[in-house]
Amino acid sequence: MFENFPLFPPQASTIAGEVDLLFFFLIAVSAFFTALIYLMVTIFAVRYRRRSSEEIPRQNLGSLQLEIFWSVVPLVIAMVIFGWSASLYFKMVRVPDNAMDIYVVGRQWMWKFQHPEGNREINELHVPTGRPIRLTMTSEDVIHSLYVPAFRVKLDVLPDRYQSLWFQPTKPGTYHLFCAEYCGTQHSGMVGSVIVMEPRDYEAWLAGDASGGSMAARGEKLFNQLGCVTCHVPDGRGRCPTLVGLFGRPVQLITGEQVTANEAYIRESILRPNAKIVSAFQPIMPTYQGQVSEESILQLIAYVKSLAPAPGQTVGTEGNMPGGAVSPGSTGPAPGTAPAAPSQNRSNQ
Amino acid sequence: MSTQVAGRPERPELVAEPRPNYLANGYGIKSWLLTVDHKRIAILYLVSITVMFFLGGVFALLIRLELLTPAGDLMAADMYNRMFTMHGVVMIFFFLIPSVPAVLGNFLVPMMIGARDLAFPRINLLSWYVYIVGAGFTIAVVIFGGVDTGWTFYAPLSTIYSNSNVALMGIGVFITGFSSILTGLNFIVTIHKMRAPGMTWFRLPLFIWAHYATSLIMVLGTPVLAIAVVLLAADRIFQIGVFDARQGGDPLLFQHLFWFYSHPAVYIMILPSMGVISELVTCFSRKRIFGYTFVAFSSLAIAVYGFLVWGHHMFTSGQSIYAGLLFSVLSFLVAIPSAIKVFNWSATMYKGSISYETPMLYAFGFIGLFTIGGLTGLFLAATSVDVHVHDTYFVVAHFHYIMVGGAIMGFLGGMHFWWPKIVGRMYPEGWGKFAVLMIFAGFNLTFFPQFVLGYMGMPRRYHAYPDEFQVLNVMSTAGASILGVGYLIPMVYFLWSLRFGAVAGPNPWGATGLEWTTPSPPPTENFDVTPIVTEEAYSYSKEEPEVVGGTQSTRASLR
Ligand code: HEC
Ligand SMILES: [Cu+2]
Ligand SMILES: [Cu+2]
Repeated sequence: MFENFPLFPPQASTIAGEVDLLFFFLIAVSAFFTALIYLMVTIFAVRYRRRSSEEIPRQNLGSLQLEIFWSVVPLVIAMVIFGWSASLYFKMVRVPDNAMDIYVVGRQWMWKFQHPEGNREINELHVPTGRPIRLTMTSEDVIHSLYVPAFRVKLDVLPDRYQSLWFQPTKPGTYHLFCAEYCGTQHSGMVGSVIVMEPRDYEAWLAGDASGGSMAARGEKLFNQLGCVTCHVPDGRGRCPTLVGLFGRPVQLITGEQVTANEAYIRESILRPNAKIVSAFQPIMPTYQGQVSEESILQLIAYVKSLAPAPGQTVGTEGNMPGGAVSPGSTGPAPGTAPAAPSQNRSNQ
Repeated sequence: MSTQVAGRPERPELVAEPRPNYLANGYGIKSWLLTVDHKRIAILYLVSITVMFFLGGVFALLIRLELLTPAGDLMAADMYNRMFTMHGVVMIFFFLIPSVPAVLGNFLVPMMIGARDLAFPRINLLSWYVYIVGAGFTIAVVIFGGVDTGWTFYAPLSTIYSNSNVALMGIGVFITGFSSILTGLNFIVTIHKMRAPGMTWFRLPLFIWAHYATSLIMVLGTPVLAIAVVLLAADRIFQIGVFDARQGGDPLLFQHLFWFYSHPAVYIMILPSMGVISELVTCFSRKRIFGYTFVAFSSLAIAVYGFLVWGHHMFTSGQSIYAGLLFSVLSFLVAIPSAIKVFNWSATMYKGSISYETPMLYAFGFIGLFTIGGLTGLFLAATSVDVHVHDTYFVVAHFHYIMVGGAIMGFLGGMHFWWPKIVGRMYPEGWGKFAVLMIFAGFNLTFFPQFVLGYMGMPRRYHAYPDEFQVLNVMSTAGASILGVGYLIPMVYFLWSLRFGAVAGPNPWGATGLEWTTPSPPPTENFDVTPIVTEEAYSYSKEEPEVVGGTQSTRASLR
């Protein structure tokens, strides 16, 4: 609508237009009331200016009707705005089911992104148009906030917690990416860009950059290296629960509670295994606090997600990618195994 | 309630009697530092907050200079971060919060209700000393290099990662909080117990209602800030981990505690100014306030609702969306009492006798800027728009419209209005008008562009920014220089007027209110004989007032 208006941000996501519509409505309401008050004050000030120093005007106590009128009318308008805003807000926070995952780790003072296919970037985020994208975000240190004005989205990124933000880009281009929550010295340097591409270009970009194997494949490697595999055998026999088919499933805890095995739960299982003990198991799992980085945890989660419920079969580990060049934005280590398609990661939900 | 309108409390025979005024009651430094006279303590506060205002102003100036260009070239990022942090801390805790209550409130609350002093004069003096100790800590922090966490002190940046003087600053804020608790306590007791005979609740000037509401917030809210700051310091010094996620604490808990105080604190800053505006609009319209009870109770409503909306600072923090919606709807509701006030002030002018002296111009300025500040609050209360503008310059613009455009306009309006009472001399009217126009113009030029910047997406607290934001930032800096000069002018002519101003006389504005029935400057005891009040506030005419479109029963409800 306002693409070329220099005092207005670009609209590049599905909700941007809707937020702007409400914004314009708010401007209209504000302009109306501002004009009303300014006119009233100006007209009264001029019309009833003091003409003689002796003048004493007729006094007035007030008016119940008027008080009710100017309380109820703003109240009704406020509630209309609230209703409108709330329904839009629901849309903004509810992640669509078919959203594609990208993982974000913020730290003083950079943004690190991982695509499930294995591509990694710093301060640059490549995304395709035409499909909802979910960012699962956490911070290594202080609170940051991921903000893309062109998408009208923003969400704080907290340590020790996963926050999900989603958007659906509509227009290819390069847009600002800001950290909006003050996070220390280089806060204003914690910026980057979001590069929105046509899906075809995005696929090509993914293929050109994937060099360290998919996140799930890297997760599997970590799973072996860290010795998880010695306890968590696929068939689930022995003293440890199987992780196959775990993701998205309800888990019965020893306390009788039930929790859903989501990202936060798996993360907690790795860092504070004794916080929630699975029913019928002993608290023998060691903590990995301090041994795995936030990014590695995300990879382990991607691996756990990729463990499809089919007995004895793990997904996302077969095949080999021809080793591509490491992209400028990528910090990925040596070549690894093939990417698991994003849909596969969520196939067991 | 009495409908007696005759018999003004003014007693010319007392006014005429020559007595030493409070300023002449002792000249030594000791007579000031050990005084328990509420009027002298008000002056002590005035001097101290003025010093703090200029300190905060220097920080603001440096911030605006840095933002003149997109690159961070004037100072290093660390320095810039310290600048905006110290600007916020000094202006909020050491200037805005004490401004109207501790200066004008201290001076006027006893006088307006016909008392000789506050209920606890020594506690009043203590509150100033407590303030000075807190301010001393702040100045020490500045000397040791400042703090770089933002005035919001968010954990875990403040508890673990910042390497500046957070704990020292925390102690300073903690201590100053007590000065505001003591002031609030004093006002509440005074308003309850020290009213002159006949001064019923509904005859109180609205300035008093506003201060009563403010005092409730001070007494109930400030302890929560104290708790938050103590926990913060303990977390930082002893690593107890309340706000540290890695130790099982919760950084969002800090935000909840902080805003539980700091949102109501916005009303500590604005409510007293609203009280000032009610006095100004009535006096310069020579009219009784339109809808007295509604204006009075809207202050209380704001104070109560103000405690229930803190979560609107946290819509993007990851709090539950249902909490978000609840805080959103409550934030819309808190706008209504403010709207009621604005409408009633405007209606008071209807068919009034309006003159344009400087204080009234400040009242116009207040109404104009507060309206914009309040309406843009609706944008922020609307969750889905707030997601976009939160932590951008839109928010910066919004709260400056409320706190500078509103609170400081009210403070300056009040200072001009009661200056003749405080020092017995007039300020120069022409310069006064010139300054208020400069302030109004400079203010809008500074802060209006920031709304646009915010919606374009410029985050706040940015030391360097993308090029496309420069034009608006240059406008803002230009406006800030005009605004700065605008603030210096009154400072100069107030000092000038101490010697050269025209002698004011007891009531230069022809205002109602007990404070105008004593000489200017008032004697130490305020009143020779305790006044007996027989009429309602703002009785500018002896005629029976009319009611718009009402019957006798609505008349009763408006009294
Ligand atoms: C010493 C054996 C052992 C090792 C090594 C181990 N775990 Fe565990 N793990 C357990 C046991 C026993 C449980 C069940 C009790 C509990 O909840 O702590 C468990 C539970 C879990 C759960 C929750 C499972 C459920 O069904 O809810 C996850 C997820 C998990 N582990 C992941 C890992 C990962 C990832 C690693 C490697 C980084 C790992 N574990 C290493 C023993 C182990
Ligand atoms: Cu950040
Ligand atoms: Cu930041």
